[in-house]
Amino acid sequence: MSQLFHHSTNTLARVSIFGAVFLVAGFFGVVTLLDRSTYFTRQTEVLRQPVPFSHDHHVGAIGIDCRYCHTSVETAAFAGVPPTATCMNCHSQIWADSPMLQPVRDSFRTGEPLRWARVNDLPDFVYFDHSIHIAKGIGCAECHGRMDRMPLTHAASPLQMRWCLDCHRHPGDRVRPRAEVFNTKWEAPPGAAALRADLAKRYQVTSMTDCSTCHR
Amino acid sequence: MSAGETTNILRHWRSLEEREAGAAVPSQRPEFAPGDELLPDSLDRRRFLQLMGASFALAGLGACTRQPVESIVPYARPPEEVIPGKPLYFATALTLGGYATGVLVESHMGRPTKVEGNPEHPASLGATDRFCQATLLDLYDPDRSRAALHLQRIRSWEAWVQTLEPALEAQVALQGAGLRILSGSSSSPTLAAQMQRLKARFPQARWHRYEPVSRDGLRSATLAGFGKYVEVRYDFSQADVVVALDSDFLVSGPGCVRAAHDFMSRRRVRDGQYGMNRLYAVESTPSATGAVADHRLSLAPDLLLGFAFGLGFECGVIGTGQVGPFASGDLHHWLNRVGVDLREHAGRSIVIAGDETSAELQTLALAMNYYLGNLGRTVLVSEPVEVEPVSHVGSLRDLVQDMRAGRVEILLILGGNPVYDAPADFAFAAAMEKVPLRAHLSLNEDETSELCHWHLPMAHELETWGDARAFDGTVTVQQPLIDPLYGGKSVHELLAVVTGESERKGIDIVRRTWKERLGAVDFEPAWRRILHDGIVPGSAWPPQTYVFQSDWVTQFCLALVRELIPRLERKDAGIDLVFRADPSLHDGRFANNGWLQELPKPWTRLTWDNAAILGPKMAADLSLKPEDVVELELRDTIVRAPVWVLPGQPDGVVTVHLGYGRRRVGRVGKGTGFDAYPLRTSAGLDRAGGLRLRRTGERWVLASTQVQRTMEGRNLARQGTLLEFRSHPEFAREAGHGAPPTESLYPGYAYTGHAWGMVVDLGACIGCNACVMACNAENNIPVVGKSQVQNGREMHWIRIDRYFEGDPENPQVVQQPVLCMHCENAPCEPVCPVGATMHGKEGLNEMVYNRCVGTRYCANNCPYKVRRFNFYQYNDRDTEVLKMLRNPDVTVRTRGVMEKCTYCVQRINQARIQAKKEERSLKDGEIITACQQVCPTDALIFGDINDAGSKVAKLRQQPLHYGILEELNTRPRTTYLARVTNPNPESGAPPEPRHGGPRGH
Repeated sequence: MSQLFHHSTNTLARVSIFGAVFLVAGFFGVVTLLDRSTYFTRQTEVLRQPVPFSHDHHVGAIGIDCRYCHTSVETAAFAGVPPTATCMNCHSQIWADSPMLQPVRDSFRTGEPLRWARVNDLPDFVYFDHSIHIAKGIGCAECHGRMDRMPLTHAASPLQMRWCLDCHRHPGDRVRPRAEVFNTKWEAPPGAAALRADLAKRYQVTSMTDCSTCHR
Repeated sequence: MSAGETTNILRHWRSLEEREAGAAVPSQRPEFAPGDELLPDSLDRRRFLQLMGASFALAGLGACTRQPVESIVPYARPPEEVIPGKPLYFATALTLGGYATGVLVESHMGRPTKVEGNPEHPASLGATDRFCQATLLDLYDPDRSRAALHLQRIRSWEAWVQTLEPALEAQVALQGAGLRILSGSSSSPTLAAQMQRLKARFPQARWHRYEPVSRDGLRSATLAGFGKYVEVRYDFSQADVVVALDSDFLVSGPGCVRAAHDFMSRRRVRDGQYGMNRLYAVESTPSATGAVADHRLSLAPDLLLGFAFGLGFECGVIGTGQVGPFASGDLHHWLNRVGVDLREHAGRSIVIAGDETSAELQTLALAMNYYLGNLGRTVLVSEPVEVEPVSHVGSLRDLVQDMRAGRVEILLILGGNPVYDAPADFAFAAAMEKVPLRAHLSLNEDETSELCHWHLPMAHELETWGDARAFDGTVTVQQPLIDPLYGGKSVHELLAVVTGESERKGIDIVRRTWKERLGAVDFEPAWRRILHDGIVPGSAWPPQTYVFQSDWVTQFCLALVRELIPRLERKDAGIDLVFRADPSLHDGRFANNGWLQELPKPWTRLTWDNAAILGPKMAADLSLKPEDVVELELRDTIVRAPVWVLPGQPDGVVTVHLGYGRRRVGRVGKGTGFDAYPLRTSAGLDRAGGLRLRRTGERWVLASTQVQRTMEGRNLARQGTLLEFRSHPEFAREAGHGAPPTESLYPGYAYTGHAWGMVVDLGACIGCNACVMACNAENNIPVVGKSQVQNGREMHWIRIDRYFEGDPENPQVVQQPVLCMHCENAPCEPVCPVGATMHGKEGLNEMVYNRCVGTRYCANNCPYKVRRFNFYQYNDRDTEVLKMLRNPDVTVRTRGVMEKCTYCVQRINQARIQAKKEERSLKDGEIITACQQVCPTDALIFGDINDAGSKVAKLRQQPLHYGILEELNTRPRTTYLARVTNPNPESGAPPEPRHGGPRGH
């Protein structure tokens, strides 16, 4: 009986067996890459907001402190997004007729709150607390980046568990003096390792990697 | 299995079947049966694989989806003091039957999410009962009525006022002769003031009162004993001997939370302190209090009265005597010993009769306290807490007669549900239909609303301004936690329309009362202080020394004996029917509350149903089995009910619980239980004689949790008597099943920081279920429904195991709360393939819901059976109003996820963060778990076992301390203190089962 398959079929079979391994690996690789991509994390995406608020202008140019608006950042888990009344402290006087601020004025007049799109959004099964990070000397910029240079706000970090754990395993590497926590421009001076080690000791910074630290 | 274990199996049993088998009977269903994960409609294997393949692929892809964009909605103008994410606490009070329990309610941005006790309040001391915990679900009940209805058509409140006001104008000329108001008991000073104003405007109007769970017996006993209505309250912290006559004082009735606290404060044997009080319970229906008693005796109601009559003789009550079976024999001796014990502790004892019992029993109890010199010491009398106390049956009877005679033109029913729960002989519904204008203010549309012209939505207690007194008279001004969700009105707001007063808003009406009481000068600071503290200082009624009319009591006793002797000696007494408020649903008002419906009742462990409860002997005589449906026939009225055979139920007595079988109720209460009210007449609200039972051959499935999650009959709940404890303090530890193997392949954990642990004091647990409810509320635990409970799938993270011991006719009961043990060598951890249950540095056994894929290996490997699996999407994620109920600090679990007790890790984290921010270490007692916080008797203590000074570490050093299943080397962090009872050491031949020797020997 003659051969049903040509000799080259052997090669084909070998290639396709190996190929399948690469194909499967490639599939998972693509999925992993996709999952970590900024498309999925929305890290660099600028979301549509009711008012094109500029941190670049308010923080960078004018120099308003973070806590003027994010009032509960030192006391509560949630940093707080300012009520309309906070905007109107200034904007009842300046830019009082700007059409861009019409939604703000409407909100203040009607009492109907502004609906901001959440830029830094953790999954609902993660419980993050701003206040303890502030207390331990973790600067806003560690996660939020240079807000003072962001005309329109976007997330500066992927906010995936990997990224959280990078710091939670070695929190001492990110500590800064408490006085500089809200200073977005602060940069570690040369030889910061010693300073950070000292601060970590003083602030009793410990690595918290129990699951229940964030998941409950 | 050693011989020692065999005897233990026989000693502890959970059901009669188990006792007969002489071994733990495995529950009818294994925890996980094959095919459990399938939907009820059967799938063939091929289709199943297809579906699973598809869902696997979708689930995999689903994990890669982008998160949807969510919004942040800040306030436009922020309210004072609200920090988003931080709860606020407000002091208020919740009432049941008019009596207040002071509470602090947690509010998350305007949503009340959790009720805690108010530590400053005398009826709470920081704890609450199960009803206070469950009230949140009533508040957010999706079936609450949402609009005023006129003849079932939606109308506005204003339309109602426009209807009522002309009708009232017409009554002015008649001095209100046709105006009747019906409400439950109230202790509100504001209501009292409004009733005065009502009388001023309508002198002929009448205010009727009716609570189906009647305290009329006590009212008429005090009226007779003191010549006027007085409040009787008990100081259990001063009592060495307590005799409870059909009284469930630890878990029901006014001040029960305080009573449980005070009573248990006298039962701690620690550090060489051996002083303990002693409780005798004599009862016609097994109660939670009876389960705790050192001696318990089951007697039919007549015999119980005879017992009280005989005990009166022992206490020196003139006119009493020992008659019938109490004149000689076992019962006589037993009675005699109780009497001696009482006499030896004269002035330091309490005889308490149950709230629902007859006036005769109440009078005898009062007389005994008088002759023992307890009045003024352990039994205090003061002005009545209720506003204008009155006999409720008499009051309702007057109303029904007036309605029948056509003398009532306007009937306003403020709360309550008389069409459902009025005595059957009153034919309330028929009489009410003669009233030309009738309106019903209530939380839900119910049987009464249906027959009224107007139904008006009532505001929940957490939505209204009001005030109420506690059992000792202390007033709390109630403040709303939230605006009425559905525009409901309070009783005060409705009455304001009737009295025609100018204040129409709740806050103004209540403020007026307090302005008049506190004076207009400096009113605001005083008012704010009252609201902040949750109590009005100095408002408790001081104890009085009213003259006790002992001559009248003598006459009463002489009259009673003539009637009693034939009752005791009657041979063909027939079957007695006893009515009791349901431990979960009370009088039926909580019928639409899923948390309470699913709460296993003490003794029976029944959920979602009531039953005709019989003793084992009677059931055998009538060859009835549990779940057989019988016809209960009483004076031509027939009610069909499923049977439950309960060890400890006296022979010849059938007990039915009220509150079930509601005809018009929301979706939760629909189809649960049977309605026992048709059998209940004004002649006997607590009991009726001459019941006939007829089997129907039908069956009704009951969902009882009593034999679920078998622990294979090991000696888990350990107890001993005080004498045994003194001679052999370590009896509990030695009753274990051998030392665990200590060698391990894995290195141990170090636990250098905190090490969380809990000690459960079995001696202090009264099985009140408050911890189960608190855990439900704190941890977003779903309700699963009757059919799921039947399959053993209730989701409670803490359960109370109940074991019987001894004679089935009169067993002793041990109750054991079981929650996650947070084992140091947790069997669940190594079997999880996805790392969803992990070991924390501080010893917490952590659940990571988002990792869980639902293999259930962990629950299979858990020897304590404390893990719960979401077989279906139990948490209601669609009903908008229920979203407001959720605790935002705890993940709401979805289908296919395992869950279990976390030691309230959210509270641990919050306290830890707070301490770290303040740069200090955590103090002992700073972290309180939800179950610990609610426990009235401090039976659950949580803390750091590495901190030698902590309460929990000290308790772990006690000789009574032991862990369960320690022989498996699980090293549990949740451990127990064995129960110590204090039976009367005067041995004799009590007609009750003897306590066994030290357990395990």
